[in-house]
Amino acid sequence: MKPFRCEHGTLVPLDRSDVDTDQIIPKQFLKRIERTGYGPFLFHEWRYDQSGAEREGFVLNTPVYRTGTVLVAGRNFGCGSSREHAVWALQDHGFRAVIAPSFADIFHGNALSCGLLPVTLAEQEVRALLDLAAEDPRVECVVDLEDGTVSAGELHCHFRLDATQRRLLLDGIDDITLTLHTLGEISAFEAARPGWMPAVSRVEEPA
Amino acid sequence: MTARTLFDKVWDFHTVLAEGDGPSVLYIDLHLVHEVTSPQAFEGLRLSGRTVRRPDLTVATMDHNVPTVDQLAPIKDPISAAQVEALRRNCADFGIACYGVGHRWQGVVHVIGPELGLTLPGTTIVCGDSHTATHGAFGALAFGIGTTDVEHVLATQTLRATRPRSMEVRIDGELPVGVTAKDVALGVVRTIGTAGAQGHVVEYTGSVVQAMSMEQRMTLCNLTIESGGRAGMVAPDGTTIEYLAGRPFAPRGAAWEAALAAWSELRTDPGAAYDREVLIDAAELAPSVTWGTTPSQSVAITDKVPDPDSFNDPSQRESAVRALEYMGLTPGTPMEEVVVDTVFIGSCTNGRIEDLRSAAAVMDGRRVASGVRVLVVPGSQQVKVQAQEEGLDGIFRAAGAEWRDAGCSMCLGMNPDILQPGQRCASTSNRNFEGRQGRGGRTHLLSPAMAAAAAVEGRITDVRRLRARVS
Repeated sequence: MKPFRCEHGTLVPLDRSDVDTDQIIPKQFLKRIERTGYGPFLFHEWRYDQSGAEREGFVLNTPVYRTGTVLVAGRNFGCGSSREHAVWALQDHGFRAVIAPSFADIFHGNALSCGLLPVTLAEQEVRALLDLAAEDPRVECVVDLEDGTVSAGELHCHFRLDATQRRLLLDGIDDITLTLHTLGEISAFEAARPGWMPAVSRVEEPA
Repeated sequence: MTARTLFDKVWDFHTVLAEGDGPSVLYIDLHLVHEVTSPQAFEGLRLSGRTVRRPDLTVATMDHNVPTVDQLAPIKDPISAAQVEALRRNCADFGIACYGVGHRWQGVVHVIGPELGLTLPGTTIVCGDSHTATHGAFGALAFGIGTTDVEHVLATQTLRATRPRSMEVRIDGELPVGVTAKDVALGVVRTIGTAGAQGHVVEYTGSVVQAMSMEQRMTLCNLTIESGGRAGMVAPDGTTIEYLAGRPFAPRGAAWEAALAAWSELRTDPGAAYDREVLIDAAELAPSVTWGTTPSQSVAITDKVPDPDSFNDPSQRESAVRALEYMGLTPGTPMEEVVVDTVFIGSCTNGRIEDLRSAAAVMDGRRVASGVRVLVVPGSQQVKVQAQEEGLDGIFRAAGAEWRDAGCSMCLGMNPDILQPGQRCASTSNRNFEGRQGRGGRTHLLSPAMAAAAAVEGRITDVRRLRARVS
């Protein structure tokens, strides 16, 4: 995983709450078995009309916001389906961080797993960032994970992230590598696991 | 010892390693796998030279993009076909049981786990699917995960997870006539909102939940994710045990006795505190239907499409304005005047035998309204066989509905079962998000009985009125 330390970029305001992962990446793009290449389909239904032409007015179709790397959105971002493709699509498009007043749990976990930084700020701070991004699309935004701050224009906000998660992101270490260091504990747990627990080997496969 | 909640007990038991406030290493008893969220995880294992730690605790099926007509024929969409084939190959390569297309146990992952007796009280269950909360109906701690976590579980049989908070949703009183588990679930989501249970594991309690069948509890737990909950749980009881006894993977003999002893401890201790408690009066629940584009945007069937100005919260108001525009609805329209052209009966929410019986009871002797397409999609091949043995397929067919093979189908439209732009569907599924059932499609969530009523009337209909007309 690519480490996340500090992102210097511009903001993309998506002033909606409950942005669900069906909107971030619609189901027709989940049939692929690759992990990359989802960027062109990000927010597909909002971004393109039925003929495939760009819809005027959607933020990612506004030239000045096309290269933004920090998405700012309303509360409960990433709700609904667990599809990690949503995170992959955001990253593939170029986003490195998403700022919102709250995130759906599964999306939040997926984002951390992939190195897309979810930044939770107070509702009024997010509102101020949305307004700033609308007024001054070129304003630089700095998201600094080392000191837990978001700065843009006159705005300076602090955010918190669990210390372990923060360390993993800063160092670019994935969870599996970390967990494989605890194989001894896992084996010990398995040895003591009750016999009634599920096991597929318990029955013969039917014909 | 400190009084603990049901959730505490299952979490504590499975904690392999706890590190302060940070994520714990949690052991996973059962990992359910399907074709959509797993290929990249298996590829990750290959790239890093890792293997599946416990293939015997891993079960796969094909559900999301399998066709529900001529299921055994080659899949026409080459990308879908490749994904299904990838699962078959991955399961063969890593030694995982796969109840895929053509197997008599194939079906929607959250339908087959319980019906095979794989879903057991007190266990931890994960799946790369947000509706994994369904399995919590048995007193399991079951939640959806992303693909990186799928790979983590394949490789280590554990997850790193931060302990969620606990929340009790108590539903007491007597349900009014015609109010189903789906209506209770929609009522809960409406009461606590799309993010009301965020960061929490919900335990459903109260006389209404105790009186529910296992299938009803599954419907209730299934929709926990729609209010943001990490998982939903119901304490196991006699109903749970009766459901599980004799199922293919349920423990037998001495193991069954040991399981019963362990399960008898699986209840929230008197005096244990939840981080949050919500009380719902059953008498205030009604047969419900959604009008918007989140599952929280629902009303009683006797109500009207709400006016966005009636919402105090600006974000809810804006969301309502956008939803009504997408749904093509005008505030003040009685819900019963909303005309539908499609009805979908199925999904991990409402694709079980009791759901099909409930829909069939309404459609029996009636005809589907002219111009309405009705898809009845059993949740599994086993449900399909049972329904056919009970003659339900004959009732659906005689009414003019299509009787299909098992799969997720039009719940999310990854297979050919999709809505066309502007079509309006009465659906027993779980999400009415924009485009969920097909680009530009409009979804109204409701119970199987209400879906059947909509099918025969051609519009959203109060099933109680339909029943009264007969008697």
